[in-house]
Amino acid sequence: MRGHRGLVVVLAGLALLALVPPVAGMLNQPFYIDLLRRVMILAIAAVSLDLILGYGGMVSFGHAAYLGIGSYSVAVMAFYGIHSGPLQWLVAIGASALVALAIGSVSIRTSGIYFIMITLAFTQMLYFLGISVDEYGGDDGMGLKRLSQFGNLIDLGDPVAFYYLVLAILVLTLVIVHRLVHSRFGMVIRAAKSNEARTRAIGFSPYAYRLVAFVIAGAICGLAGALYVNHTKYLSPHIMHWTISGDIMFMVILGGMGSTAGPVAGALVLLVLENLLSGWTEHWQIIFGPFLVLVVLFAKRGLAGWLAGGRHG
Amino acid sequence: MAEVLLDIRGLCKAFGALQATDNVHLQILEGETHAVIGPNGAGKTTLIGQLAGNLRPDAGSIHFSGEDITPLDAPARSHKGFARSFQITSIYPEFTTLDNVALAVQAHSGHSFRFWRAARDEPALREPARRIVEEVGLGARADVLAANLAHGEQRQLEVAMVLATRPRMLMLDEPMAGMGTEESQRMIEFLTHLKGGLTILLVEHDMDAVFRLADRLSVLVYGRIVATGTPEEIRANPEVRKAYLGEEELE
Ligand SMILES: Nc1ncnc2c1ncn2[C@@H]1O[C@H](COP(=O)(O)OP(=O)(O)OP(=O)(O)O)[C@@H](O)[C@H]1O
Ligand SMILES: [Mg+2]
Repeated sequence: MRGHRGLVVVLAGLALLALVPPVAGMLNQPFYIDLLRRVMILAIAAVSLDLILGYGGMVSFGHAAYLGIGSYSVAVMAFYGIHSGPLQWLVAIGASALVALAIGSVSIRTSGIYFIMITLAFTQMLYFLGISVDEYGGDDGMGLKRLSQFGNLIDLGDPVAFYYLVLAILVLTLVIVHRLVHSRFGMVIRAAKSNEARTRAIGFSPYAYRLVAFVIAGAICGLAGALYVNHTKYLSPHIMHWTISGDIMFMVILGGMGSTAGPVAGALVLLVLENLLSGWTEHWQIIFGPFLVLVVLFAKRGLAGWLAGGRHG
Repeated sequence: MAEVLLDIRGLCKAFGALQATDNVHLQILEGETHAVIGPNGAGKTTLIGQLAGNLRPDAGSIHFSGEDITPLDAPARSHKGFARSFQITSIYPEFTTLDNVALAVQAHSGHSFRFWRAARDEPALREPARRIVEEVGLGARADVLAANLAHGEQRQLEVAMVLATRPRMLMLDEPMAGMGTEESQRMIEFLTHLKGGLTILLVEHDMDAVFRLADRLSVLVYGRIVATGTPEEIRANPEVRKAYLGEEELE
């Protein structure tokens, strides 16, 4: 989002998110803290996908891989008795970056439908790997032995403290992605998305820039995975299922590709709607599917375009 | 006699059974404006594509300033000093005029693994870009989205981007295509003013522009160069009259 209106909308949205715990406390509805925390964690994943999808034009249909790598990093370390939060989360980020480097270095050589298929195939491979490793619960997954430990700094067992930590990480992610996409680096990946032939003709080789963007997005999403497994207190390979990749992609499209904060709105609307509709009818997906199709067809710039007005850039 | 800047030796390129570039030998001299003319489908764009590194030739080699650059890709050739415009306007529609040119400046200002500072706040990119935008006459349109420029303005913008890479060798593929008379005249004047400072390979159908701008011409027919010479020599060449130039165009 560009200009003051966009910034005002973003700040207002973040302020509302900050008000959720006291209001939920007053209404005696702790469930909302839980729901919104989940929204924010997946919003971090969606914002990271937007970096490569919305700004970089890389249609990764495998972003759930990094939620999985992040989750497994934390849960497997806990399984072996390593509970240090900083260590677990660093491993989650580092391992996700490495996996993104491997997947990206192959997939970025392709484009279009091939890129989609390769990212999907890699993530399915990881998913089947997760299912088949019985040591860590296989298909059923396993409980997280202990939440990530941060000494006296913060106790993730306190739902409100954990909530604000997630909010802080979301804000940090937004700031980082915002700076990135306006930097020289960001201008190159956006230019390469806009017109690859022109970009090469003026002297940029987009491959390395795209790969770095892909790795950064994977690393951020890996952190979201570390948060997610602490949020659910349970490790499941299903976090890497292709439908989760699809959900994250819909958050970005719904929120507005190429708008830094748009995917947060996308995550909020997607998860809240899912929650409301699934409480109302078992067949909520019948309503939800057409809604998404309408958004894709008619709201090209998503919720961000609608909220911020004007042009983006 | 000027030095040979670009030396094209035995270039061949086929698309299936179609020989789009057929054993082309051509020497472009430093500082000259060399026009390539020829009927539709003669292979002019295909030739530029191979020179710019977008298309890989089947055979032959390209030497620039004495160096064999045939294996280099398009970005590497840009850094050697090649710059091209495309027959179909190729710009960044969702960026402003100034952004477009600043990107071309950025591509030649070291690597772009700089992650924090906003590129739009960097005078080192914006100031040279603004100078070039003004030079091509788009100063008043600097902050307009390129998508919203008129067709002629977009073509001017593309020339501005090409110049922003500070090339030694400019390859322009029909820069006047689709322009009105007035816009064409302005572009011709602009190219006249560039001429001499740069080596230019100009592909153009507008014979008026070609005969005003070119120091030498080559005529390409079915992928083959049938004649090279000064405008006077080309006008007088009977083979060219037969193969390409209509009689009335000569007068
Ligand atoms: N990528 C391609 N695949 C197959 N055939 C091609 C390709 N590019 C060009 N051609 C063919 O090669 C021949 C030369 O095309 P080219 O575009 O170089 O001609 P041109 O001289 O630039 O023509 P014009 O004046 O119309 O721009 C044409 O017959 C064209 O159809
Ligand atoms: Mg052509």
